Amino acid sequence: MMRHLISAADLTRDDAVLILDTAEEMARVADRPIKKLPTLRGRTVVNLFFEDSTRTRISFEAAEKRLSADVINFSAKGSSVSKGESLKDTAQTLEAMGVDAVVIRHGASGAPYRLATSGWIDAVVINAGDGTHQHPTQALLDAFTMRRRLVGRDAGLGQDLAGKRITIVGDVLHSRVARSNVDLLHTLGAEVTLVAPPTLVPVGVGTWPCEVSYDLDSTLPKSDAVMMLRVQRERMNAAFFPTEREYSRRYGLDGERMAKMPEHAVVMHPGPMVRGMEITAEVADSGRCTVVEQVANGVSIRMAVLYLLLGGNESAVSQTRTEESK
Amino acid sequence: MTKILIRGAKVLGGEVQDVLIDGETIEATARQGEIDISGTDPDAEGITVIEAAGQILLPGLVDLHTHLREPGREDSETVLTGTRAAASGGYTSVFAMANTFPVADTAGVVEQVYRLGQEHGYCDVQPIGAVTVGLEGKKLAELGAMHESAAGVTVFSDDGKCVDDAVIMRRALEYVKAFGGVVAQHAQEPRLTEGAQMNEGVVSAELGLGGWPAVAEESIIARDVLLAEHVGSRVHICHLSTAGSVEIVRWAKSRGIDVTAEVTPHHLLLTDELVRSYNPVYKVNPPLRTERDVMALREALADGTIDIVATDHAPHPHEDKDCEWAAAAMGMVGLETALSVVQHTMVDTGLLDWAGVADRMSFKPAKIGRATGHGRPVSAGEPANLTLVDPAYRGLVDPAGFASRSRNTPYEGRELPGRVTHTFLRGRATLMDGKLA
Repeated sequence: MMRHLISAADLTRDDAVLILDTAEEMARVADRPIKKLPTLRGRTVVNLFFEDSTRTRISFEAAEKRLSADVINFSAKGSSVSKGESLKDTAQTLEAMGVDAVVIRHGASGAPYRLATSGWIDAVVINAGDGTHQHPTQALLDAFTMRRRLVGRDAGLGQDLAGKRITIVGDVLHSRVARSNVDLLHTLGAEVTLVAPPTLVPVGVGTWPCEVSYDLDSTLPKSDAVMMLRVQRERMNAAFFPTEREYSRRYGLDGERMAKMPEHAVVMHPGPMVRGMEITAEVADSGRCTVVEQVANGVSIRMAVLYLLLGGNESAVSQTRTEESK
Repeated sequence: MTKILIRGAKVLGGEVQDVLIDGETIEATARQGEIDISGTDPDAEGITVIEAAGQILLPGLVDLHTHLREPGREDSETVLTGTRAAASGGYTSVFAMANTFPVADTAGVVEQVYRLGQEHGYCDVQPIGAVTVGLEGKKLAELGAMHESAAGVTVFSDDGKCVDDAVIMRRALEYVKAFGGVVAQHAQEPRLTEGAQMNEGVVSAELGLGGWPAVAEESIIARDVLLAEHVGSRVHICHLSTAGSVEIVRWAKSRGIDVTAEVTPHHLLLTDELVRSYNPVYKVNPPLRTERDVMALREALADGTIDIVATDHAPHPHEDKDCEWAAAAMGMVGLETALSVVQHTMVDTGLLDWAGVADRMSFKPAKIGRATGHGRPVSAGEPANLTLVDPAYRGLVDPAGFASRSRNTPYEGRELPGRVTHTFLRGRATLMDGKLA
């Protein structure tokens, strides 16, 4: 394994499968009466959030606490950052307090990479979303969800997503989720198609390991999973599309469209959903929609990542057993 | 008056000659050994002999695009530190951009900058005046007053910002004709570059950094050459960075439009692939482009489509680069590495000879900016503004040794050829054996 988790593109197939398999082990902890492992006891993890993201922060915090880490939450609002402190000084201040890992969410693309490579700090850096660049734990939890649904919880162990057809729909241009997913899904052998109005596809997408389509209807029947991305209403004002309704008509997923998908196919969404925009309530609340599972899986994936980056070589499960036998 | 004999250098890379400087002027040039000083005692007569075998003698370099930051940002550079950096890099004249605080949009500011250059004496400083008040693109600054001031401004630019209003640009182009001025355009369509962080293309798509598309530069250049043609003015294009811009300028020149263009050393060497490091030392405006653009720029500089090399020397304090990419300032220092980069990209590749370097880095920029006394031939009777370069030198770039107050160079640790050993400003050595006077 690598020392930091900055980009989904840095993961090899074997790294990714190991994380997914480890996450399955972690998921079992959630089924126990006491949802806690001693793995990171005595280690300190800071959740360094320069952007508001309650759900991602809570997911990391739950994962850290289940691994018995000491958790510090740092939100940029109301902190020294709002008084003009630099990223470097903030990070060095936290490290001086004995932090072993930094989970960072930042509005600037590349901020976690800078933190990991500039010699500012020695701590492990985990990217919890940077600008419009990467969100690797989101891609991992998405892949985990797909593997469970499309391959099977036990049958999936040790397996990748070879041959699965994944369609990602929406604001690819501004989406770190799309970038991370394209990288990871390609590594795991899946075939990815991006669907969006041309204005929301980046110039330069031609080198990405995926297909691009502007037509949702023709893509749906060939999809094993359809991931809907949130589309911010503000984009309308920057002329990315004419109106919310037009976007919805052309690229939104409603019941009629969902019916065009193969029966086994699932609908995914990284959240938060804008119901009525990219997804209708009918689809969001249907049994094919994995949104709630994705949230639960997020905790398992983040536990796996923290364990693998911080926990050393011992198996999480054997440690668990030792703990239980005491 | 002290005399200096430069012995054995190749003048403009050609014939080996001895050059005798007397006071502020070149007294004589002659084939090696033909200037006879054997009868005189060098010490008594005050003749300094510089043995320059193997070195290239060039006219003092002229930079049409320098940011000296004074007044207002003396933490990054001052006229003194900037002109010392210029002397280190072989420059005898620099044009100081107008985006200071306050902006150089009045006679008072340009005269202050001009006088500081004269007082320090390392390099002539020719201020550039802002085209519009406060660089805001709304209202013409008092261009005539700046021209008539002691600073004698002839080049006007809102550099850092584009004069994007077509009517203001047209009026500026027309207005400065009255006194032989020129508008130097920072070609950047503002709406197409909102939130722009790097070249828009394959790399920006992967990195998730806001794109600065080539068309934002090219569309303004196309508009401005047509405006210049329409009103019969000359126009200068700053830091041209794309292959498409080259084609537009080539087309404009073929139509007889009076356009000149510059390219920076960094756009001749570096590409947007470097941005993958997210190291803001590579953040610059216009941004680093692709390999294809770099090759087109080199070719255009060689064939004369691009007239000159200008540094766009843009000093920034350490903290403005030691941060995440989006928060970082745009710009690179360049005065002290420009000639080495040009040797590396143009001379050592066989695209340009040293006479070509003299043309692109001294004769032509002086002509565009009407820099009196600079960009003159190396011959008797001319002002002794001269630069000696040792082209055989190879060394790693070490920012700690810079004379500039700032260290934001993209070349740290990179091996570059060539070293300026001496710079003479009107006969006085501002740089002697690589050391500032």
